[in-house]
Amino acid sequence: MLKVKNLCASVADVEDSDILKGVNIEVNPGEIHAIMGPNGSGKSTFSNVLMGRPDYEVTDGEINFNGEDIIELPADERSHKGMFLAFQYPVEIPGVRPWQFLKASLDAKSEYHGESKISVREFSKLFDEKVKSCGVNPELIKRSLNDGFSGGEKKRNEMLQLEILRPQLAILDETDSGLDVDALRIVADGVNSMRSPDRSFVIVTHYQRLLNYIKPDIVHILVDGKIVKTGNADLALDVEKNGYKDFQ
Amino acid sequence: MTNKNTISRNSDLSGDEYQWGFTTDVETELAPKGLNTDIVKLISSKKDEPAWLLDWRIKAYENWEKLNKSEGEPDWAMINYPGIDYQDIYYYAAPKSSSNTPKSLDEVDPEMLETFEKLGIPLNEREKLAGVAVDAVFDSVSVATTMEDKLKELGIIFCSFSEAVKNHPDLVKKYLGSVVPFSDNFFAGLNSAVFSDGSFAYIPPGVRCPIELMTYFRINTEGSGQFERTLIVADKGSYVSYLEGCTAPFRKSHQLHAAVVELVALEDAEIKYSTIQNWFPGTPEGEGGVYNFVTKRGRAEKNAKISWTQVETGSAITWKYPSVILKGDNSVGEFYSVALTNNHQQADTGTKMIHLGKNTKSTIVSKGISAGKGNNTYRGQVQILPGAENAVNHTICDSLLVGDQCGAHTVPYIEVRNPTARLEHEASTSKVSEDKLFYLMSRGLSEEEAHHMIITGWSRDVIRELPFEFAVEASQLLKVSLEGAVG
Ligand SMILES: Nc1ncnc2c1ncn2[C@@H]1O[C@H](COP(=O)(O)OP(=O)(O)O)[C@@H](O)[C@H]1O
Ligand SMILES: [Mg+2]
Repeated sequence: MLKVKNLCASVADVEDSDILKGVNIEVNPGEIHAIMGPNGSGKSTFSNVLMGRPDYEVTDGEINFNGEDIIELPADERSHKGMFLAFQYPVEIPGVRPWQFLKASLDAKSEYHGESKISVREFSKLFDEKVKSCGVNPELIKRSLNDGFSGGEKKRNEMLQLEILRPQLAILDETDSGLDVDALRIVADGVNSMRSPDRSFVIVTHYQRLLNYIKPDIVHILVDGKIVKTGNADLALDVEKNGYKDFQ
Repeated sequence: MTNKNTISRNSDLSGDEYQWGFTTDVETELAPKGLNTDIVKLISSKKDEPAWLLDWRIKAYENWEKLNKSEGEPDWAMINYPGIDYQDIYYYAAPKSSSNTPKSLDEVDPEMLETFEKLGIPLNEREKLAGVAVDAVFDSVSVATTMEDKLKELGIIFCSFSEAVKNHPDLVKKYLGSVVPFSDNFFAGLNSAVFSDGSFAYIPPGVRCPIELMTYFRINTEGSGQFERTLIVADKGSYVSYLEGCTAPFRKSHQLHAAVVELVALEDAEIKYSTIQNWFPGTPEGEGGVYNFVTKRGRAEKNAKISWTQVETGSAITWKYPSVILKGDNSVGEFYSVALTNNHQQADTGTKMIHLGKNTKSTIVSKGISAGKGNNTYRGQVQILPGAENAVNHTICDSLLVGDQCGAHTVPYIEVRNPTARLEHEASTSKVSEDKLFYLMSRGLSEEEAHHMIITGWSRDVIRELPFEFAVEASQLLKVSLEGAVG
């Protein structure tokens, strides 16, 4: 599903700002990959580059999604093709209501695929259901997108979006950080319930904690813009015990 | 409720240019160009006006003429334009076919009706069912007014200004110029001398007007000025919501629009006045476009409320400060505005809240969006006079920049002459950030849609003050007006 080869990226328009220095990763349908690494190692940059953030420039390498080179595609097209990024720091957008925003997202996707749009009634039903299951405060959701949300509320809202958009490949960038155990469960339940043979996850995390609830197929350790080790779920336990110092 | 046709028509507009840029080949009756006492007399006699009104016009003209010779146009606003040649403008242009006022729609020139169709104002049964009384001012003569019968039952008067002069002269005489005297300012003076038509509404005591009253203004004749006059009187304890829409065809030359709107809210009455102004803004290169110099003011008596909501996306120049004189105790004044300037548009707009009564309260929410080479100035005045015990004002004034060639300016004047006053002022300037765009795009919205969502969200506190369907139209208008500025 996702093939990343020798991916190198730097901050756009800034010389000598290499952050990713040759990342290789291959995610097959149905797999859950975890990417772990110390702060500043490039995990968010990697996630954002996958999604097409214009702040970064890909200087070398390939990103192949379902057989297609997507490096030139803007974020909206990557989304239409089935990619999703749950942000580490979701941005606040005043005056935009989550309901309206998600309906527009789904509509854009339907339009892209030449499908008919979901009716308002059907969407409302789906929305209310997911608001409940993601533990999102229904009062909050009437307000502006992420505006005045706490850190945890923002993360739940990312899960809400994930569950409504149901992408083929979901990248979760530290969705677990700042969450209490209950919220962590909600994230894990969300991922586990969506898990299917044709949906994959890339779960970026700093701690092993979330992986107690979601069992990854493969774990990668990212240090200084490179994947320094790849292994099975046990690798995450090693990290918990010994930290990252062995890899640095 | 407003008319749904307008909305659907606008929402499937795909174009990259001014959508309302068509002209109509209705034969037009023009008075000669230029302004003098004879023209003023001609306008008045064309309309069979009573002597008192002609007198008033002549006085207004003389006062304006003096002002024109001594000071000329006001020059304090942050707008640039070559001087206007007031002798090179037609001051009267009536569609010929309306020399005899149409008795029914069948008598209205079909081509004119087609124009209204294109504008989304079908003056027909469907429209009445949709619950909108439309008074359409085409160039200067009011063509047809719908819903009149239904309103009549309630004692509500809603008609063209000319008809009001004929049929309700006492009301017109009592209130005309009572809020905006002809000596008020240059453009109000000009309007008072030569206004050719407009709308009039009167709501009797205790009546809640069950539908939204609506007027569509349109400038058609090339080289003609438009000077309409609106007067709305809400008698004690009454309520009315009034909508005003404006469009003008695509013209390479500039057109002058100098309107006056007077609102009178008597004790316990409420007037809600909403405007969508979409006059032709000029070409992207800055050719043509409407010069929009408008004086709008309301007077609120005891416990009365006046609320102005405006979405200003059109005109080459907008010079406009809808104001409220809070005369009565406990009266309330509100101003909600979104002004968008793109390409070479210039807007200098804001409000004046003049607190005279005790416990008076005013709210100002101004949102200025600048894109392209647009220049946007908020100019607001809050005046608390000595008698205004416990007056409260809350002002929010936000600017949003799209691109880096545009400008936003904020010019607040605050004058407090009573120590019990409480004033709050918040101001901000922001940009449409890359972070927000990426967030929305990563969820599948195109760059253009993402911009539109961010901008309408940012304007939401104003747009939600509009009647629902008008709000949809306003949001679409923001989108169309920004085309070319994003992406
Ligand atoms: N837009 C940017 N501009 C400048 N430096 C950046 C930018 N994004 C990331 N960096 C730098 O790249 C490195 C990796 O950052 P990040 O990907 O956020 O790491 P992580 O998510 O693993 O903590 C850090 O040193 C960070 O400061
Ligand atoms: Mg990070």
